[in-house]
Amino acid sequence: MTPDANKNGYRTVARGGLWGWINQRLPVDVFWRSQLSEYYAPKNFNIWYFFGSLALLVLVLQLVTGIFLTMFYKVGAATSFDSVEFIMREVRYGWLIRYLHSAGASAFFIVVYLHMYRALLYGSYKAPRELLWLFGMIIYLALMAEAFLGYVLPWGNMSFWAATVIINLFGTIPGIGPGLVEWIRGDYGIADATLNRFFSLHVVAVPLVLLLLVALHLVALHEVGSNNPDGVEIKDKKDARGRPLDGIPFHPYYTVKDIVGVCVFLTLLAIVVFFVPTFGDLFLEKANFEPANPLSTPDPISPSWYFTPYYAILRAVPDQRIGALLMLIAVVSFFFLPWLDRSPVRSMRYRGWISRTFLALFTISFLALMYLGLQPAQEPYVTMARIFAVPYFAFFWLMPFYSRIDAVKPVPERVTFHG
Amino acid sequence: MGKFAALALTLLAAPLVLSAAEPAAGEPEAAAPVRWENWHAGNNVADVGSLQRGARNFMNYCIGCHSLKYLRYQRMGDDLEIPTEELNTNLVAPGSTNLDYIVTSMPATDAANWFGKTPPDLSLIARSRSPDYIYRFLKTFYSDPSRPTRSDNLAYPSTAMPAVLSDLEGVKAAVLGPTKMFDHFQTISPGNMSAEQFDGFVRDTVNFLDYVGDPAQVERRSIGLWVVLFLLLLSAFALALKKEYWKDVH
Repeated sequence: MTPDANKNGYRTVARGGLWGWINQRLPVDVFWRSQLSEYYAPKNFNIWYFFGSLALLVLVLQLVTGIFLTMFYKVGAATSFDSVEFIMREVRYGWLIRYLHSAGASAFFIVVYLHMYRALLYGSYKAPRELLWLFGMIIYLALMAEAFLGYVLPWGNMSFWAATVIINLFGTIPGIGPGLVEWIRGDYGIADATLNRFFSLHVVAVPLVLLLLVALHLVALHEVGSNNPDGVEIKDKKDARGRPLDGIPFHPYYTVKDIVGVCVFLTLLAIVVFFVPTFGDLFLEKANFEPANPLSTPDPISPSWYFTPYYAILRAVPDQRIGALLMLIAVVSFFFLPWLDRSPVRSMRYRGWISRTFLALFTISFLALMYLGLQPAQEPYVTMARIFAVPYFAFFWLMPFYSRIDAVKPVPERVTFHG
Repeated sequence: MGKFAALALTLLAAPLVLSAAEPAAGEPEAAAPVRWENWHAGNNVADVGSLQRGARNFMNYCIGCHSLKYLRYQRMGDDLEIPTEELNTNLVAPGSTNLDYIVTSMPATDAANWFGKTPPDLSLIARSRSPDYIYRFLKTFYSDPSRPTRSDNLAYPSTAMPAVLSDLEGVKAAVLGPTKMFDHFQTISPGNMSAEQFDGFVRDTVNFLDYVGDPAQVERRSIGLWVVLFLLLLSAFALALKKEYWKDVH
């Protein structure tokens, strides 16, 4: 090993001075080069590739606004609701921080859903990216937990009843169910004890898990490299110096490109935060401007929009236990995609009409179920949810068959540009 | 449709929302069936004069029973451009100072005994219901001698609240149509205000409650305009920077 190269083969440039002193003790230069300035990403990323960096941005936004909210929020059944109004009215720019946090929660799911959809479009979960996909899915689960826990904290009436409904789902587990529900709540109903532990989980436990998982997700990504809209492996074609022919250094190319995405995203977020913070009852519900009241049930009780596809499936089944099980399967199905997909190609661009049709039906079903979950549990919505649940599950569990028999087009050797 | 249509519309119309002042539809005295369910408050929270009148109405007619426990008199005075002196002489309730929260002097337990339930705090009523709802509620009281309050309400049937504004509006009866559903109102005895005056009175009051629900909303929108303009400009620069860097990528 020459003194100019460390064990990873990346040259350390800085020799003298403070920068050299630091780099001999901490691989800052090496990290910068290996992960950014000499990390090669496919050059044909399209608009779908903005949402990963945007998810990271929203995570930071939620952490920072969350830290400031925690400075003023007073957890407790007697104080939570009042302290949120205190933040909205008496804390200077408290309304801005709160609206950023509440709109940020919805924005998180928007970018994460688009980020996941990109993987469905271009087969990004396929080998060798199975672990990357699994880490992403666990992040999604942690994010759902984080959003649910946070939703309870303002202690509005919808907070209370959403917590009641969701926690009661654990009661459907045979045998241990009722005891488990009591253990989660820490009381015989959703109460002060529940609120306190949810606060603890929301601000400490789940964020720590999220940060760890995001780190693992990024390490796994940089190990295998990004997929791209053509599903071509850029590491297969390298130049004399070992650089992928279709790759460009992440920095500066994708850093400057992602800044554009960040600016556009922030513009849209600002429009919501400053002009329509409740977003027509979707981001902040009317019922949550009333304090939690165990004697008054909001009508209808509906979860936040990002949970409603699963909620619609839950309600479509008359038996609560089977409904809860189906809802669980609806979420967990995503985990199995790398092994359900038997297509020889990754990207939808080179798959046949069968795969495309199933993806289109899945897309329509997911959006339809999202809409139906926001409606009251009555006809025709329940029947429609049953109908749309079929293509939803078929997309996943028929995939081993249709992805194998589907005709595929030849995949090009190198990446292409589609405008 | 409901939420999704509203979602799409709000996103498209976001920058326009701030000054959308629709005229109120329908007047109760019309002979045709009154579609009170479709009435809109048509209030404008940027109208400081209307907010001042609404604050006056609240302090004259509402605070006897209802609190605004999340709002201080002084905050209201600052936002509504009411000088502290005037605030203290005309609006601050006896026993309170301008730095206190706006709280009724009616004891909650007595109120519960008198009305069957404690009159709700109205700080967030415009958010938990809507300005339109409050407008419809305040304009659809009618005489019903069978009830303890001798009145009832179309927007909130069996409400415990008496028709406290009847000396202004007058007393009206609800006339049923052929299907035994509400058809229109009939004046039993006139009040001190004309229909137009009372409509303005209610709209100002609703407007004030809309302001109370989210006191920063006017400031929010005026800051928001600049933030969005800045971000659009920043987006344009970011795009130019990206294009410059990507010139040689083919």
